[in-house]
Amino acid sequence: MPWNDKAGKSKGFAFIEFNTAEEADRARHTMDKHPFDAKHRFSVNTLTEIDSYIDMDEKFVEPEPEEFKTKEHLRAWLADPQGRDQYVTYRADDVTVYWHGKPAQTEIAEERQNWTDLYVQWSPQGTLFATMHRQGVKLWGGPSFQLIQRFAHPLIKRVDFSPDERYLVTFERISIPENAPQGPQYLGKENEGDYVAVWDVKTGHLKRTFPRSFPVGEDEATSKNPMWPPLKWSHDGKYVARITPGQQISVYSLPDFGLVDKKSIKIEGVVDFEWCPLGDKDYDEDAKDAKGKGPKKARESMLAYWTPEIGNQPARASLMSFPSRVQLRSKNLFNVSDCKIFFHNQGDFLCVKVDRHTKTKKPASCNLEVFRLREKDIPVEVLEPKDTVIDFAWEPKGERFVIISTNDPNYGTGVVGVQIKTDVSFYQLDRARNDFRLLKTLGARTTNVIKWSPKGRHVVLASMGSGSKSDLEFWDVDFNVDDFSRKDPAAPVAERKEEWGAGMQMMTSVDHYGVTDVEWDPSGRYVATSVSVWRHSVENGYAIWDFRGQEQQRHLVDRFKQFAWRPRPRTLLTKEQQKTIRKNLKEYSRQFEEEDAAQESNVSAELIQARKRAINEWNAWRARVKSETPAKKKTAKKLEEEKEEAVELIDELIDETVEILD
Amino acid sequence: MRPILLQGHERSLTQIKYNADGDLIFSCSKDHRINVWYSHNGERLGTYDGHNGTIWTVDVDSESRFLISGSADNMMKLWEVKTGKCLYTWEFPTAIKRVAFSEDDNYIACITEQRMGYQGAIRIFQINRKGDGKDQSKEPNFMFHPIESKATVLAFSATSDQLVTGHESGKLTLYNTKTGEEVVSNKRAHREVVTDIQMSPDRSYFITSSKDKSAKLYDTKTLDELKSYTTETPLNSAAIAPGRPYILLGGGQEAMNVTTTSARQGKFETRFWHKIFEEEVGRVKGHFGPINTIAVHPAGTSYASGGEDGFIRVHHFDESYFRARPYGDMEPEEE
Repeated sequence: MPWNDKAGKSKGFAFIEFNTAEEADRARHTMDKHPFDAKHRFSVNTLTEIDSYIDMDEKFVEPEPEEFKTKEHLRAWLADPQGRDQYVTYRADDVTVYWHGKPAQTEIAEERQNWTDLYVQWSPQGTLFATMHRQGVKLWGGPSFQLIQRFAHPLIKRVDFSPDERYLVTFERISIPENAPQGPQYLGKENEGDYVAVWDVKTGHLKRTFPRSFPVGEDEATSKNPMWPPLKWSHDGKYVARITPGQQISVYSLPDFGLVDKKSIKIEGVVDFEWCPLGDKDYDEDAKDAKGKGPKKARESMLAYWTPEIGNQPARASLMSFPSRVQLRSKNLFNVSDCKIFFHNQGDFLCVKVDRHTKTKKPASCNLEVFRLREKDIPVEVLEPKDTVIDFAWEPKGERFVIISTNDPNYGTGVVGVQIKTDVSFYQLDRARNDFRLLKTLGARTTNVIKWSPKGRHVVLASMGSGSKSDLEFWDVDFNVDDFSRKDPAAPVAERKEEWGAGMQMMTSVDHYGVTDVEWDPSGRYVATSVSVWRHSVENGYAIWDFRGQEQQRHLVDRFKQFAWRPRPRTLLTKEQQKTIRKNLKEYSRQFEEEDAAQESNVSAELIQARKRAINEWNAWRARVKSETPAKKKTAKKLEEEKEEAVELIDELIDETVEILD
Repeated sequence: MRPILLQGHERSLTQIKYNADGDLIFSCSKDHRINVWYSHNGERLGTYDGHNGTIWTVDVDSESRFLISGSADNMMKLWEVKTGKCLYTWEFPTAIKRVAFSEDDNYIACITEQRMGYQGAIRIFQINRKGDGKDQSKEPNFMFHPIESKATVLAFSATSDQLVTGHESGKLTLYNTKTGEEVVSNKRAHREVVTDIQMSPDRSYFITSSKDKSAKLYDTKTLDELKSYTTETPLNSAAIAPGRPYILLGGGQEAMNVTTTSARQGKFETRFWHKIFEEEVGRVKGHFGPINTIAVHPAGTSYASGGEDGFIRVHHFDESYFRARPYGDMEPEEE
């Protein structure tokens, strides 16, 4: 290492020789921009790079300013004057994006053949549209769906976005052929063998690759379905984490993808974890902070994980704050066979569904451990439904949840085609008693899917995946409260002075034969049900219902594959603005009704015109035919006689019936 | 109104006809039997026995005096409607797929199957209506062979010198009965086999149904398409409802696939379409097999449908059917 004797320290550089070009490349890739500490970064350059700087022309040539091209607004669809939502359908080789509104406002926004090879996906806030190809992923956006970015990841099978849409995750074993193109936007030799690639959506550059994680006891040969998603993003956009089951959770900071504090969180036996979502309250706080109303200490992210029983240690569900790595709350669990972590979408609650077994390892009961995250010391409440709980769902923005439970002996036997009898139970937080209480249980169902409206209050209970039953029940859990008198959807129910569980009402029960997917639109106004050829090939197509279960449209489409609503980003309105809108709902609705009426009459006017034309054409044609065949007058007369006879005949008929009765 | 279920056939129905007065329904079936029923109460009046094979087709003259039938036993029989006696039998080398009386009752036309080295043929006989009807000529007055694709259905036009045929390829042809010449032909009328042809009351236009899932209205003179009704199921029969601007369509999943599909999926419903607006206005359920044949009362007061399931369902229209104006005052002029 060259030494500066006068200063008594190194000159700050060194030359290192490698045996092969690959080794050099690898060293450069791993060590370049390595942070020594907050101020110092280590740079690695190849000699050829240095050479190119030496031979550089010293004279400054002003670069031609590139002509400015206005780009299309990526969120233009949100500015639709009618507030319509979009959805995409994929059938055979055709991908079509539709506008969905009232019948007259439904139209095609974009239509392309062979737009994708595998499937299509919206980004989490709906800004971008991803299509999958053999060579990689393409992202599209703007009102005319222009190509925004492409990412080369050959033979890619699955794709995921970070919640803020800054990063794209592609998933498939990376293998680099010889003489593959090189550059920041390509996967390199050093990434070979990894599965997970993370890309910057804006620049199209590769950020980092990760190996694949496998559940304990599985490896590349035995594992079939990848653990999905491979990376979990914290909701404040600061961290991304991946799990090595049984050992640790590794958290990387964004945007540099460096391991935070250079060490993973070691948790023996860890099986699964989730980040806690941020609620509207958190966003409001952030907004206040941004305005400078008192500097507050940075909020920490929170993650929940669980570990099974190891040796004498009980199983445990824990909450940890990050980056301080302080364990906030932990709950010991016994006789655990499996756990599932369900966060409330506002980050108010966490439910850990614990499947328990008896001493002889037979599946026995199910516990729901409900953590109240917003309260001091995070109290935990335990609910013990009698039967096995198949599915659980929090009401978004509410204080209720639904579970599907069963005591059917056929459950878990894996017999195909057997319809499992289930019960559906609604629970609600009772503010007065400060615990979760059963609202209502609907017995003897076949429901196996719960779909809450993204706005809460409405829920669809569906039976899917069986050849014989496919019903959809549309429930309103606040039926007695109309929107006008409703002050605040988050207001505790106890204040509303109504009987416990009285507001539950099933609005409609409908049937969509063979339904395979149910999806609410992002505004909570419509529900789409679809029958995809990926599951079975009977009566493929899709239907759209409003939230009350009234059918809006239904299409039988051969080889229908996929339906996806375009998601919307979080609203930009503040809480106060939303409140004013809710207060003035009556005025708005009057305005909308007028628009509706105008549109309706417009449409029907067109239709009436078309029908009038059809009638006139028909009458004219009939008249012409009649005049051309005057001889046929006789026939017409004969017909009339027939008619008279027919009338007589009916008289006779009535007489006869009377006789028979007598 | 509740339908009347006519249970008298043991196998699937092949054709149903009302007589001109509309008081009788004639039905034929694969069980070798022709039945005649009172249309108003569904009581069976009698049978016409004698055929020894699937009876594909029947037709009755406008006086309800003669009945003609064609069967897979290669025989065509003329019956006396009143007594059920067989008056005359013609024998051909192959099965008879379709028979029809001309408008003036003086002629009958029949289609014989193309099989066993015999070409498909259309024969026209003049009927001797004098005397007891037993004295008929053995040989046809005219006979010709359709070219290209075999004929499956036929109907006389307003005059007995012209008839329309529907073909296996989906073609429609207007023939001169005396010369066998093609007057007009519409090769692209349907994309698949034409399964039924039924004339309007004055025979100036007619409706066709096809396995290509559509039914269409054609001008008898020019074979120009007037209207088109596209459904999602193969169609076996189509009828024009007199009096009201509707047409009736019947069909369903192919009979051979029926066992693999539920009744709900098979779409075994009679569909009502608006004749002029080409819009579906209603459906009537009931059959649990495909509908093979539909006939409407000549005065438009009832209709009968016969299915693969062996049942005939007779529906008398409710008062509301005649009163209802689903499209407001937009009604075509009376015909």
